[in-house]
Amino acid sequence: MSPMTLLAGDTVLAANEASEHRPLIISLFAAFVVATLFITIWAGRQTKDAADFYAGGRSFSAFQNGLAVSGDYMSAASFLGIAGAIALFGYDGFLYSIGFLVAWLVALLLVAEPLRNSGRYTMGDVLAYRMRQRPVRTAAGTSTIVVSIFYLLAQMAGAGVLVSLLLGITSDAGKIGIVALVGVLMIVYVSIGGMKGTTWVQMVKAVLLIGGTLLITFLVLLKFNFNISDLLGTAAENSGKGAAFLEPGLQYGLNATSKLDFISLGIALVLGTAGLPHILIRFYTVPNAKAARKSVNWAIGIIGGFYLMTIALGFGAAALIKPDEIIASNPAGNTAAPLLALHLGGVDSAWGAILLATISAVAFATILAVVAGLTLASSSSFAHDIYANVIKKGQATEKEEIRAARLATIGIGAVSILLGAMARDLNVAGLVALAFAVAASANLPTILYSLFWKRFTTQGALWSIYGGLIVAVGLVLFSPVVSGDPKAMFPDVDFAWFPLKNPGLISIPFGFLMGWLGTVLSKEEPDTGKYAELEVRSLTGTGAH
Amino acid sequence: MATDAPPPSKGGTGPETPSTEAFREVQESAEFGELRRSYRSFAFPLTVAFITWYLLYVLLSNYAGGFMGAKLFGNINVAFVFGILQFVTTFLIAWWYSRHAAAKLDPKAEAIKSRMEGGA
Repeated sequence: MSPMTLLAGDTVLAANEASEHRPLIISLFAAFVVATLFITIWAGRQTKDAADFYAGGRSFSAFQNGLAVSGDYMSAASFLGIAGAIALFGYDGFLYSIGFLVAWLVALLLVAEPLRNSGRYTMGDVLAYRMRQRPVRTAAGTSTIVVSIFYLLAQMAGAGVLVSLLLGITSDAGKIGIVALVGVLMIVYVSIGGMKGTTWVQMVKAVLLIGGTLLITFLVLLKFNFNISDLLGTAAENSGKGAAFLEPGLQYGLNATSKLDFISLGIALVLGTAGLPHILIRFYTVPNAKAARKSVNWAIGIIGGFYLMTIALGFGAAALIKPDEIIASNPAGNTAAPLLALHLGGVDSAWGAILLATISAVAFATILAVVAGLTLASSSSFAHDIYANVIKKGQATEKEEIRAARLATIGIGAVSILLGAMARDLNVAGLVALAFAVAASANLPTILYSLFWKRFTTQGALWSIYGGLIVAVGLVLFSPVVSGDPKAMFPDVDFAWFPLKNPGLISIPFGFLMGWLGTVLSKEEPDTGKYAELEVRSLTGTGAH
Repeated sequence: MATDAPPPSKGGTGPETPSTEAFREVQESAEFGELRRSYRSFAFPLTVAFITWYLLYVLLSNYAGGFMGAKLFGNINVAFVFGILQFVTTFLIAWWYSRHAAAKLDPKAEAIKSRMEGGA
């Protein structure tokens, strides 16, 4: 099972440990919610025009945005998922930390600065820049919303499982209630606070997450006198798997198919990040391309530091907790990090309870901040790309556009509450992996061709967005993630003929191929004047907003 | 066929956008050609290089278990060092690109931008 399975499947409770500390956990959750709502209302008062709502007035510093990017990126999959995967599968879990980080170089070298220079509010601004506006914006809006909803679903389902686990809510109605609560919170954050509020929530979350992770890392290393070799050795021994625990292959080395699956996932991770709309729109919140570059550098530093600490988190859990206990708490290992906090503090001590509550609150904050970023990305794209430029043909006033974005937030929130409630017992691995694969298949080829290929045409853009989107989603539909596997969404039926759980290996090259094919077969001439504008703008920042 | 003007300019708060003709002229100029070459000849090969380096790591993890499992010192094996090296190269490449951009790209971009916006 993938470590991106943030909180999959059935969870047997760690609630025994958690139950006595529930008041503390609830108060910390509540403190975070109150603090962030306060920020949101304050930010809402400062939000006056479209640039405020979509781009936070472009007034954030590179460091602030670097923090917010980190807060937007490090989802529950990173924190709980990777720690759990390392705790259960050892080295194979760590492979993901690497893919998630290296991916940032694509964003830094090829995408962040040109995007900041030539776009305004959404990814669609850049994709449609030199194309026929309406069809390309419709396509860009569609893929933005599809990617974001899949990502959202996973986070919502994860939030439901995490919170119910920690609060001991096991009834279906209770879980649905939690998912609904998260949904309502995200609607409030985004519709009132816009990009400004969302950015501050993400910054606060990033500081909490890094702080919590540093604390746990320090405590783990302290136990082993800062000797990493000792930590690894104890983890290998305690896992019962010996040296194999420290080598690749425990999870993905089973057979030729699982190895191919690993390559597929690796490619999707490294190419997906630079096509994730909720990450891309963060580059509009800084004044210029130089600041965008600096914020990516900050993000690489922060995210890289965090992923390095997942070594201590994951192997620490493996070394200090019996594997049976981790699996009993959650079969996918997703509660390894909170359990580790409890063990570090002492299982029956107040200190342990405080640590557990703190780390759980951090995980909750993590989910909320990511969910807010995703909602903002999809409602912005709906309002700016589809409503203002397609439906209103560019004639909407700023007020109308912001109102459309706020209404879209409510719509998207409602949809994800509904889907999240339905998906609460589903394996969410496929959903997160799909978001990355779809982003890499549908968005990245079009972004790169638009920026760097003179001949690229509207037809090329449409073929590559829709081609990548349909093939990526289609292959997942017929993969073992959806059916034909005990861990699938629909375990009782089998219509899976595609053997890989991640479609990236096929769908990403397909997206690139379709972009090329659509262009060379296209009857219309590329708009060279517009390309001159886009190219000069993207490299120099001339006329950037 | 004329396209709608993207992105729709509203409020007129941004700097004046030069004409398409001005953009064409700059695009064809030697100065811009040098900026483009200086960017692409750095960013493109580097992208190919780090993706190859990453894929090498993925492939070795898959198909060279014995090599990756070899212990170097204590419980630290080749796989662990290889993983840490991916972090190190990521940090280094980010730093290296930023240094290149600040020294070679920013001044050229700045010059073109201020001329175009000043002359608009």
